[in-house]
This record gives sequence, C-alpha cells and structure tokens, in this order.
Amino acid sequence: MEILNAIVVFLNFVFIPAAAYGAQLALGALGVTLIYGILRFSNFAHGDTMAFGTAITILLTWGLQTIGISLGPLPTALLALPFAIALCAVALLATDRAVYRFYRRKKSDPIILVMASVGVMFVMNGVTRLLIGVDEIRFDDGARFVIDVRSFREWSGLSEGLALRSTQVITLVVAVLVVWALFWFLNKTRSGKAMRAYSDNEDLALLSGIDPERVVRLTWIIAAGLATIAGTMYGLDKAFKPFNYFQLLLPIFAAAIVGGLGSPVGAIAGGFIVAFSEVAVTYPWKRVAEYLGFDTGSAMLQLLSTEYKFAVSFVILIIVLLFRPTGLFRGKSV
Amino acid sequence: MKHLLLATAATALVAGSAGAEEVKLALHLGFTGPLESMAPDIAAGGRAAAEEVSESGNFLDGSTVVTSESDTTCIDAAASVAAAERQVAEGARAMVGGQCSGETIAVLERVALPNGVMMISPSATSPALTTIEDQGLFFRTAPSDARQGVVIAELAQAKGIESMAITYTNNDYGKGLADSIQAAFEELGGTVTTSAAHDDGKGDYSAEVAALAAAGGDALVVAGYVDQGGSGVTRGALDTGAFDMFVFPDGMVGQELVDRFGTEIDGSIGINPAAEGDGRDRFMELAEEAGFDGSSAYAGEAYDSAALILLAMQAAGSSDPAEAKEQVMNVANAPGEPILPGELGKALELIAAGEDVDYVGATAVELVEPGESAGTYRETTITDGALEVVGFH
Repeated sequence: MEILNAIVVFLNFVFIPAAAYGAQLALGALGVTLIYGILRFSNFAHGDTMAFGTAITILLTWGLQTIGISLGPLPTALLALPFAIALCAVALLATDRAVYRFYRRKKSDPIILVMASVGVMFVMNGVTRLLIGVDEIRFDDGARFVIDVRSFREWSGLSEGLALRSTQVITLVVAVLVVWALFWFLNKTRSGKAMRAYSDNEDLALLSGIDPERVVRLTWIIAAGLATIAGTMYGLDKAFKPFNYFQLLLPIFAAAIVGGLGSPVGAIAGGFIVAFSEVAVTYPWKRVAEYLGFDTGSAMLQLLSTEYKFAVSFVILIIVLLFRPTGLFRGKSV
Repeated sequence: MKHLLLATAATALVAGSAGAEEVKLALHLGFTGPLESMAPDIAAGGRAAAEEVSESGNFLDGSTVVTSESDTTCIDAAASVAAAERQVAEGARAMVGGQCSGETIAVLERVALPNGVMMISPSATSPALTTIEDQGLFFRTAPSDARQGVVIAELAQAKGIESMAITYTNNDYGKGLADSIQAAFEELGGTVTTSAAHDDGKGDYSAEVAALAAAGGDALVVAGYVDQGGSGVTRGALDTGAFDMFVFPDGMVGQELVDRFGTEIDGSIGINPAAEGDGRDRFMELAEEAGFDGSSAYAGEAYDSAALILLAMQAAGSSDPAEAKEQVMNVANAPGEPILPGELGKALELIAAGEDVDYVGATAVELVEPGESAGTYRETTITDGALEVVGFH
C-alpha cells in the first residue's frame, strides 16, 4: 500500500506533468532542429511562431464554437488545428520570401540568418499581440479529466490521488502521431529523402537534380506544422499567453542542443531530458521518501527551489556543450 | 508710498491664495498589470469623491478638482515612477495611489518626497510602508498586511486549520503578507509547512504546486494576484488534488476568482479589507448611481483616499501639500462631526466654518500612526460558486 502511494505521488506530481511538458518541448525542438539541419541556422523566431500558430488556432476555435461545432469530449481546437497550420505555413512562406531568401541567395553566414530571425521574432511577437492581445486565454473545452483525483481515491482506496488531464493524454498521443508521421515522411517518401540529402550535402543534392527552393518550402511548411501543434498542445495543457512562448525558447533550444542539433531523434530525447530534469530537480521528494519508509524529519529533499526552474535548462546546456558539443545523438556541433 | 506698496502686495497675495483654482488630483493606479481588473473601480471611487467635492462649490472658495489617471503597471517600478513624474510635471498636488506596494514605495521615494507631493494609497498594504521615511507625506486608507496576517491566522484557527502551506507572489506585497501570516499563525500554535514564492506570468505552475503538495497541510494560503500566478497555482492545486481548502487574502478576492473556479473552491475562505455599516451602504448607493461596482476591492478605500486629501486641503485652507499633510489625521479621526460618503459638501462647509469633522467614509476610516488604516476585514466564504460575505473582523 505504502509503495503504491509512493508510486501514485510520483506519477501525479513528477511523471505525468513532466511527460506532457517533455512532449511539448520535443515537438518544439523538432521544429528548431529541422530548420537547423536543412536551412542551417538557429531560428529564434520559433517560440513566437508557436505563439502565432496558437493564436490562429484559438481564433478559429472561437469561430467553430460560435457556429456550434464541437468535438464532444475532445477540445474543439483539434478541429481548428489543420486550418491553423495551413495559415501559419502561409505566414512562414511569406516570411521566407520577404526575409530569408535574400540572405540565402547571397550565401550569408549563418549568424546573419540568426540575427534576421531575431528580427522576425520581434515582428511576429507584435503581430501575435495585435491579433489576440496579451492576456491569458484558456481555450480548452470538452472533458477536463481522464482520471480525476476524487474518483481515483474512491476507486483505489489509496490516500493519495492521481489526476490525468485529457489535455495531457492528447498531448502525448498527438506527439507520438506527429513524430511517427515525420519519420515516415523523412525516411520513406521521395521528398523526405530529398530533404535529408539536401541537409547532408547541399552541392551534391543540387547535382542530383533536387530543387533547393522546393526543399526550403517543404521545410517551412513542416516547421509551421510542428510549431502550431507544439504551441496548441502547450496552450491547451496550460494556458495561452504570448509572452510564455518567448520564454519557452530557452528550454526548446536546450532540448535541441542536448539531443544534437539537426538530429530529430535527439530533439525528442532532449525534450524529455530537459522536462524531467526541470521537474525532478525542483520537486521535494519528502512524501515519496516517507511512503518508502525513510524518515526525512523536516527536510524537504528538494535540490533546487522552484524559482530556479529555468536555471536547470541552462545547466544542462552548459554541461552538454562542455563535454559533448555535438549532443547525445551526434548532431552538428554548434 | 512704501506702506501702500506693501498693502497692495499683501492684498494680491491674499487674493492669489484665496482665489478659486483648479486643483489637480492624480489617480495613479495599476490600470495594466496583475491587478488591472480591480483598477477601474478603484479609479471610479476616487473620481466620485473628487466630483462630489467639485460640485459642492464649497471647496477652497469655489475651487474645482480635476482628476487625471496614470498607469502604475503594478509591477514595473520604473514605469510607475515615470508616469508619476509626468503627473507632477502637469501640476498634480496630490495623488490617490499607488496601487501595489512595491511601486508605491518607489514612487514615494523618488517622486513624492523630492517634489513634496502628498500620496494616499487606497490599496498598498506592505508592512514596509509603516516604517518608511515619508516626511509625513504618505498615508493609506488600507491597513498594513501585518494586521491582515493576524486576522487570517485567527480565522484559520477558528476554522480548525492546524497546518497550512503558503504560496506568495514574488514581490514586496506577497513576501510581506506571507511573513506576517506565518508569524501570526505560528504564534497561535499552528504549523506552517512551507512558505514558497511563485513568479507571476508563467504558463506552468506544476513544479510550484508539486512542492506545495509535498509539504502538505490542511489548507493552502494563496497570497497572490487573481489575474496572475495566484490563479495559476490554485488551478494546479485543484487539478492535482493537492489541496481542496484554500485561504485567499485580498489580492485574490474578487468576482474574477469565482468566475475562474466556481464551485471547485466551495468552502474556501477569502479575506479582504472592507468595512460594514452606514458608510458602506451609503457608498454602495453612491456607486450604483455613478455606475460602478462599489463592492469591488478597494473602491471604497479610493473614495476615502480622495476625500481625505481634499478635506485636508480644505482644513489647511490651501492646496499646498506641505500644509495639507498636517491636517489629514485631524479630519480622519475624532473628535468632530461624523462624515459619511455623500456628505463631503457638508464636511467642507463645516471645516470652512472652523468646526471639527471626523471622516468615517466608505470604510469607517480610523487612521493610526504613522497614517494608516486600523483595518476592518471582511470574511467571505465561497458557496455554490459565489462569494458570500459571512462576517467582519
């Protein structure tokens, strides 16, 4: 019984939140890593692309709700998502046409493209706020819980409760589907292979007749999809607030770099590593230890106070860059 | 000739000071930021008092009061100071504000003191403002959180809460309130399992909630803001089942709280400074006529702040803050004729006639040294998803 309680506490406060958060980071990091691998620059605008895509999703969701369409127990936002991805892709393609293409043709250094992306970030940031405002918005409808605390306690007879929100389940399911689809696309389809070839060796790819502009367009469309999905999942699970997405940029980059920039598998692993470390390092293990039969006295067994949560991403980043600059999965070195 | 000149100059001076003027009153409040949902009603309270005084025609020989609003942002002290400086540059003699403790301290030290401007805050409650060097220019119609801490601790104990976890917003207000609750509760023999800060403006409070849950306790005290992290932590605690009993201090109590959580927080208690009695009833009527919500947190305090500033000016016979500041305690406290909301015209007349007044106002104002409200608190319980007032302390 005590062991079960310890497991439930661990699941409720560490595993489930960290898994959902990790999936959101992984989706974001996949977008960053894809752009780094193929377009060869770190896209600082990715966080605000997520915010922009989510803002469109929310507006479409409201539209659907007004005309009375809903998905029953699932959030209506899922229905709005494909349309939002399309609109976000249009926006990214326009940005590429207006900003990045110029530097790509000039064969500018990656750092110039990075700086250009910082500019795009600020513009996108402003556009998002003009579009939907700066306030916190919750747009999750449908059933809130798959398992809620009260019914879990009654069902199991344990003193600890377990909550599993439907948004957490949706996040994980969507992440698995998206990752599967992305890998299938990259490994099995002709366009995917062309993208990987372009990423490995640009000149060789050109010689074998791959149209570079088509590869770039595909990359932006996929990046728009990943960003909008990641942003919407984060917004559904927590709450939408434009500024939070800007703050998400740090853990997302940490995840991409830890896994190895340019490596999709690395991005996913990195997302979960960052999320689990953030939660585990700031979690006081007192209750779990007590259920396992240790007497902790008044010690909270908390390594780091929660205010320093963001520092965890930094520390992981520094350790990886010091000891394994190419990341865990041998991506490109930064 | 010399005598004539002197006499003319003296007459001119007297005429100058006694003539009707336009007194500028700044309403320096957090129209944006974590308490933006409260600010409009607070401003409306201040404006109501100013209009009443203006319309009575009894103020400083027929002077009028103009109000101008400026934004404190509540959290950005630099922005608040800049906005206050603009108010002073435009001729404001006194200020109703600021709204939050941190920016109020900044504005007091960097704008009010150097320029000799009087400030009466309706809602800054940090205990730090009690001991601050203010040259007698700062007052507040809200009580110090040191008092709120004692009230909350006593109430929690009366409800049978033996241990509590405290989460507070990471600023002067939150820290001050959390410390005073902890001190008072421990003195009464209760246990505070943890007192941890949360930052506003985050998307995700699961780590904070996990830490609070690990510490445990009969109830969670959320010394935060309803538009910000306070609600985030509450949401997380409800979802994970970490706590089902909450104690909400003043920053959380408002319509917004029940709009967000409804019946999920049934049985929890809220505490905010508010008085009962004739003054409050009169103020509610007055607010309804003017078209704002008089029961909104600190709206009554704002009415009283503005009224005190203007009555003190009347008593000093001048809109000069240096003279008016000496009169604030006199008009606020006994002895004298009690003054309720809506009777400002009468009060001005009495003062002009040289009689004493005891301003009661919307919140039963009783100022204690060094110029802050003694404090009456309203206890509310959340019942069926609505705030229900159950008593006063």
